[in-house]
Order: sequence, then structure tokens, then C-alpha cells
Amino acid sequence: MRIPCPYCGARSSHEFAYLGDAAPTRPDPSAPDAAEAFHSYVYERDNPAGPMDELWYHSAGCRRWLKVTRDTRTHAITAVAFAGTGEGGR
Amino acid sequence: MSRYSFLSLIANALNGQTGWKPAWRDAAPKPTYDVIIVGGGGHGLATAYYLAKEHGIRNIAVLEKAHVGSGNAGRNTTIIRSNYLLPGNEPFYEWSMKLWEGLEQDLNYNAMVSQRGIINLFHSDGQRDAYARRGNAMRLAGADSQLLDREQVRALAPFLDFDNARFPIKGGLMQARAGTARHDAVVWGYARAADRLGVDIVQNCEVTGFIREGDAVVGVETTRGAIRAPKVGLAVAGSTSRLTRLLDLRLPIESHALQAFVSEGLKPLVPGVITFGMGHFYVSQSDKGGLVFGGDIDGYNSYAQRGNLPVVEDVAEGGMAVMPLIGRLRMLRAWGGLVDMSMDGSPIIDVGPLPGLYLNTAWNYGGFKATPASGWCFAHTIAREEAHALNAAFRLDRFRTGHIIDEKGVGAQPNLH
Repeated sequence: MRIPCPYCGARSSHEFAYLGDAAPTRPDPSAPDAAEAFHSYVYERDNPAGPMDELWYHSAGCRRWLKVTRDTRTHAITAVAFAGTGEGGR
Repeated sequence: MSRYSFLSLIANALNGQTGWKPAWRDAAPKPTYDVIIVGGGGHGLATAYYLAKEHGIRNIAVLEKAHVGSGNAGRNTTIIRSNYLLPGNEPFYEWSMKLWEGLEQDLNYNAMVSQRGIINLFHSDGQRDAYARRGNAMRLAGADSQLLDREQVRALAPFLDFDNARFPIKGGLMQARAGTARHDAVVWGYARAADRLGVDIVQNCEVTGFIREGDAVVGVETTRGAIRAPKVGLAVAGSTSRLTRLLDLRLPIESHALQAFVSEGLKPLVPGVITFGMGHFYVSQSDKGGLVFGGDIDGYNSYAQRGNLPVVEDVAEGGMAVMPLIGRLRMLRAWGGLVDMSMDGSPIIDVGPLPGLYLNTAWNYGGFKATPASGWCFAHTIAREEAHALNAAFRLDRFRTGHIIDEKGVGAQPNLH
């Protein structure tokens, strides 16, 4: 599998480290339901069979975090952008 | 259907092998059952068998979307062992080992259980201490273990690279009762034995939805019509989230691809199972002579039942580091299975989380060895509405309460377990 890094171009997935699903966002620790929200954030996953937004770190390249949209059934990548800023999207 | 025996073998030899009957009925689904088990792999069929045998519940359907044993039961490396460390795990896996030891007599089926032993190699003083601790934990749970020094390992496996400059072999932790079994025969044996007790094994029957009454699950929609039952158990490994999605449940699991490989056939070489301690590589030899080996999962979520090339390279490198002779062998086949990796690397066998629903999932890459105990404990959990002491720790809510069972201590990162 090759991941089209916005900065480095298409590179082998071997150059990247995988974090996983990009959907969970860190909850507010001061919220009244924080314990439940953190349980969901840390442990529960949609685990979709199909398109999924996920975070990859280009550790052997530009060392930027990427948000990659990949189909978990076929590994077809349909969108890539820098995580956080959303820049460099393609 | 008659029992298999020496007499039946002779009788069929004399009549030209024309007397054999199908090992189980190709059942059509009835509209209602007492229990539905989704998933006709080893775990699902074992569950149905023990429900019928131990709990007297015989009005059971096992629903399989393709043919029995076509998922992970047919894609593993056939290793059986009980060399775990943690209290929640080790007694369960040791019970599984004991069930393996009596399985063939129990099922009246040759599952080719071969207790040829497993050796986990260690390569440093620190790793020896860790393995000594693991061996002691195994003994506390009633399993067998033996710490081998370098020369004892050499006597068993002289072909290993003992003086590798980076990873010299200092010894190994051995479980002599571990070994391998014939994966397909395990599935067929459970299917036949369950069928003999009245269980309907329904193949080519994919579950497409659930029938609900309020919160409760009271049946399933399938490609062969609606089937109702007050109890529905899921034993579908890497496809669990596909089904629980239909119930709006989010589980602490991710589906990943795990590869395995087999070489061309050799004369007897590897005495049992050998695992490399400084990289992820393990190897055994099949009865046909091929070396069966594997390593890490691919590392990212996948529902594709095939693997990637970087892991092939990584496994080959691990193999070359510990056992250089494999460099002269040709790889015959590689395959990938869909494993249900959990957030702590340990399984879930539990009641709920909805009324009428029972979960058997999160086997990570160790589901095959667990097959008998998984079925035995899941059957108990379904029949009695509560976990047996052996699977009491495998609760779904352990992630909420903090009672996680993390053998490797890597935290909530499924691709690292």
C-alpha cells in the first residue's frame, strides 16, 4: 500500500506509523460526564468495513501527521490531508 | 450416523469405502430455535456442541454465511498452548489445553492433536527472568512449564542460530503439553458431534439484521429468512463490528489482517513450536512437512482477508535472524485472516450488552488454541445467563471499570497487542 503524502508524494506505508481511527476526539475532562466520555474515547470504536478516516504519522519522511481516508475492505485511499490543519488536501 | 471406530474402518474397507455417510446434515433453517449461534467457525460450533452436551439445550442453530470453517478457523497456524501470564487468562487457556487433551475421544473424531511442545526463546538475562516468572505463573494455574538452558534448547533444535551477534539464544521457556492440531478437523469434529446431538448447522446463511422487541434481541434476519430465538450468541471474530453496528453498539475492538505462511515440504525438522524472542516470528512443522510460520499483524484496520508485503519482509527477517536455514526454502503459500483485536489484547465472553444477546469476540491473534474452552465457557454463559469462573474476567465492561487484562502492557492500541 502506498500513501500519497501531501509533502513527500506517494510513499510505501512502511514509512508510516499508524495511530488508528481519526474520529474519536479528546473529551472535556471537566464535563460532568467526563468518565463515560473518556471510556468511549479511549476504548470504543466504530471499526467500519468501508471508508474510514484515520491518522498516520510519516515517521520515516516529513514527520507530519496525516489524516487519510481509506477503505478498510480494499485499502483504496480516496483523500489525504495534514491532520489538524487540513492543509495539503488531495 | 454411526460412530467412527476400528470396526467401521474395516467394514468400509471391505465394501470399497461406499458405506460412509455425510458427517453432518446440511440443515435448512427452522423458523424458531432456543438458541441461535451466529458464526460456523470453531468457536461457534464448539459452543453449540457444549450447549447440547453440557446443558441439554439441543434446539440450536449455527448460522454460517459461507461454509463451516471458512473464516479464521481455516486461516490460523494451528498452535495450541497455555503459556499465559495473567490470572484472568491463564486458568482459561489451561482449561482449553485440558479439553484439547481429551477432545478426540470426546468428539469421536481425529483432530490430530499433537503435543509436540512449544519453546519461547529468550536472548538476554532480563528476558530469562520474565520467562521464569511466566513459567511460574503457568504452574500456579496448573499448567506445565520448564525453563531450558542454552544446551537443552540446542539438543532439541540444533539448527537455530545460537551465536547470532545481536540476538544470541540464552535458553527457552518450554511447555511440553503444547503443540498443534489439525484446524479443519477441529471444525469438522465439532460440527459432526454437534449435529449428532441435534444441532442444525445452516450454511450459506448470512445474518443481515436483528429482530428486536424493545431493547431485546429476539432473532435474526438472514439471507434464508427470519429466524427467531430468545438467545442469540455472536461468535464471528473479525466480523463482530459488522453485526453489532446493526444494533448501534460500539465495541472495544478493531479488525486487523494477520498473515501466515507455509514453506515447501521438508523431512521432519522442527520438533515442536519455536518462537523468536527478539522479533515476532514463530514456526512449527505441519504433518505434511511444510514449515508453518507467522509474525505480526499488518498494523492497520483491515477487512481484506489478505496481507501486505512489509509484514512478509518483517517475518522473513525474523526467521532469518533465528533460523537461517529458512533462507534456502521456498515459500509455498501465504494467507490472511480477519482478527478481532481488542483494546487490551484479551477476549470477551459475556452476557449482553442487550437482553437476549451474548458476545464471544476479541480473540486477537490467539483464537484457535482457545476454541474448546471458548465454546465451553460461552455455552455456560448462554445457558446459565452468567459467566463461568473461567471466563469471569472476560467481561465487556472491564474497560469501563479498569479491570483490563493486558498481557503485553501496551495499553489501548490494538495494533500493538
